[in-house]
Amino acid sequence: MKIAVLIKQVPGSDSVFRPADDELWIEDTHVQYEMNESDAFALEEALLIKENRGSGEVVVLCMGPSARAPRVIREALAKGADRAIHVVEESPFETDPYQIAKILSESIKSESFDLIFSGLQSVDLGMGQTGILLGGMLGMSTATLAMETDIKGNKIRVKRELESGWFQWVTLPLPACLSIQSGINIPRYPSLKGIMGAKKKEIKTINKSDLELDESLQKVSRIYNLQTDKQTEFIEGGPDAQVTRLLDILRTEVKVVA
Amino acid sequence: MGILVIIEQKENSIHRMSLEAVAGAQDMADKLNMEVSVLLMGGDVSPLVEKAQRLELKEVIVAEHELLSEYSCDGFAEVVRQVIKLESPEFVVMAHTYMVRDFLPNVGVMTESPFIADVISFRVQEETPIFTKQMFNSKLASDIVVNGNQCGLISFQSAAYQANTVRKGNSSLRKIQISLTQDQIRSESEAPFQDSAGGVDLTSAEVIVSVGRGIGEESKIPIAEELASALGAELAASRPVVDSGWLPPFRQIGSSGQNVSPKLYFSVGISGAIQHVVGMKGSQNIIAINKDPEAPIFELADYAVVGDLHEIIPKLTEAIQALHN
Repeated sequence: MKIAVLIKQVPGSDSVFRPADDELWIEDTHVQYEMNESDAFALEEALLIKENRGSGEVVVLCMGPSARAPRVIREALAKGADRAIHVVEESPFETDPYQIAKILSESIKSESFDLIFSGLQSVDLGMGQTGILLGGMLGMSTATLAMETDIKGNKIRVKRELESGWFQWVTLPLPACLSIQSGINIPRYPSLKGIMGAKKKEIKTINKSDLELDESLQKVSRIYNLQTDKQTEFIEGGPDAQVTRLLDILRTEVKVVA
Repeated sequence: MGILVIIEQKENSIHRMSLEAVAGAQDMADKLNMEVSVLLMGGDVSPLVEKAQRLELKEVIVAEHELLSEYSCDGFAEVVRQVIKLESPEFVVMAHTYMVRDFLPNVGVMTESPFIADVISFRVQEETPIFTKQMFNSKLASDIVVNGNQCGLISFQSAAYQANTVRKGNSSLRKIQISLTQDQIRSESEAPFQDSAGGVDLTSAEVIVSVGRGIGEESKIPIAEELASALGAELAASRPVVDSGWLPPFRQIGSSGQNVSPKLYFSVGISGAIQHVVGMKGSQNIIAINKDPEAPIFELADYAVVGDLHEIIPKLTEAIQALHN
């Protein structure tokens, strides 16, 4: 069983997000990049499948600048991925998920994976489709929002999340491509042995600029602070004053306390 | 042909979010000087036809096939591909539901079309259609444009448009032939089920106290519980709290939980990621407390408290209880 996992380096949730001067990305100065949350679940699911079967290979695929992608790649290798493919992309960053999927499909065209996993969506761009587009381009069957997986022969049975607390099992023939929902498992921490071992593992680099690509299908033209017309009252003055005002609001404005 | 809205069927009726998508498409059509048609697709769409015809549309297009009776990614993507080829719409518009997220990327691959997902608003600037979505944990907005002449696949976020603003009319009906065979559908689906049907219907609650990751640890949940009890409110949670097992799934608000619009939504330690916000932004009053002044929940809140919930909430609970006594 050969499994590819798409991992993305994204600004951590504690980052301060400010549009950069060119309004095409964010100011990078106070941003710590980390592995996208749902991608960590996707990686764990791949590692569990390999371990349960006692054989197989887990390959992580990551696109990003040389300044920050290697950190999340090494983290994945330390957790147990066997090798990595790093598609090196320096700024400006591609934002079209179709184009990104095309780049990734070019980068793995000499490989043939039984499974491709990605996180459900990235916390930065949030397009929620790149992994599925890649699977589609490679002719794989696809399913999104996986909450449980079970491999049976040359098929994979997947528990998909639907809306409002509903679920459904679907069975797909391999090769298959899944997007993985957060919460499907408990991602491990790298062990010291894993961290040491990761240094010997292969990271193949491919330069995006070496690939022949058509035009992107969509592009981000501007990133900015969202203005809302909602009037928000910020209640200030320290805990006691805040409690007094909240009580007043509950009694006289929202009227849920008599 | 202009704009084609694909209607999603839910319990033999038109999905509420599909009506919102029609309202969005009508807004796009006004700004682009285009016409809107809708596509009803399924095994039997007759329960939806009359309602669809009462919308202001160029026409209602019907594509029925027995293999569309139950949803499959392959079947739905293939039929939408055929309809795009037959009708050549400039835009295909849908609601950003879990089903759309599942099959629309595959339509994008088949037709080499961009899928602009989870759009919150639309405008035209210097003759260019611009779609706005939230990025970076919902903290920033971004404008997205289609690059080229391909059909744009658009999904609108829940409540981006109001269903009750849809313009009514009297539209004609046209049936089209599509072809689909069993071997084109690679997946086998089992019947949908609910994992843990809890006894709580959050949708009918007047007041909801909802707790997020900011509560810190499971042992602090009673802080929110006691506030809920003092307010006579239902207790709810954001996804991370449910994923951690601190509260059961049937208390979850958001895209994978319940959609609520209570008189008061009291958000405790919730940052306000899109997936949560879509489930509660219709609330009449929103109070939010969070230690991060940049938390996106404050964009939605009527009343915002930047501070330590572990100090403020117990004090507030005590003050409410004192009123009762």
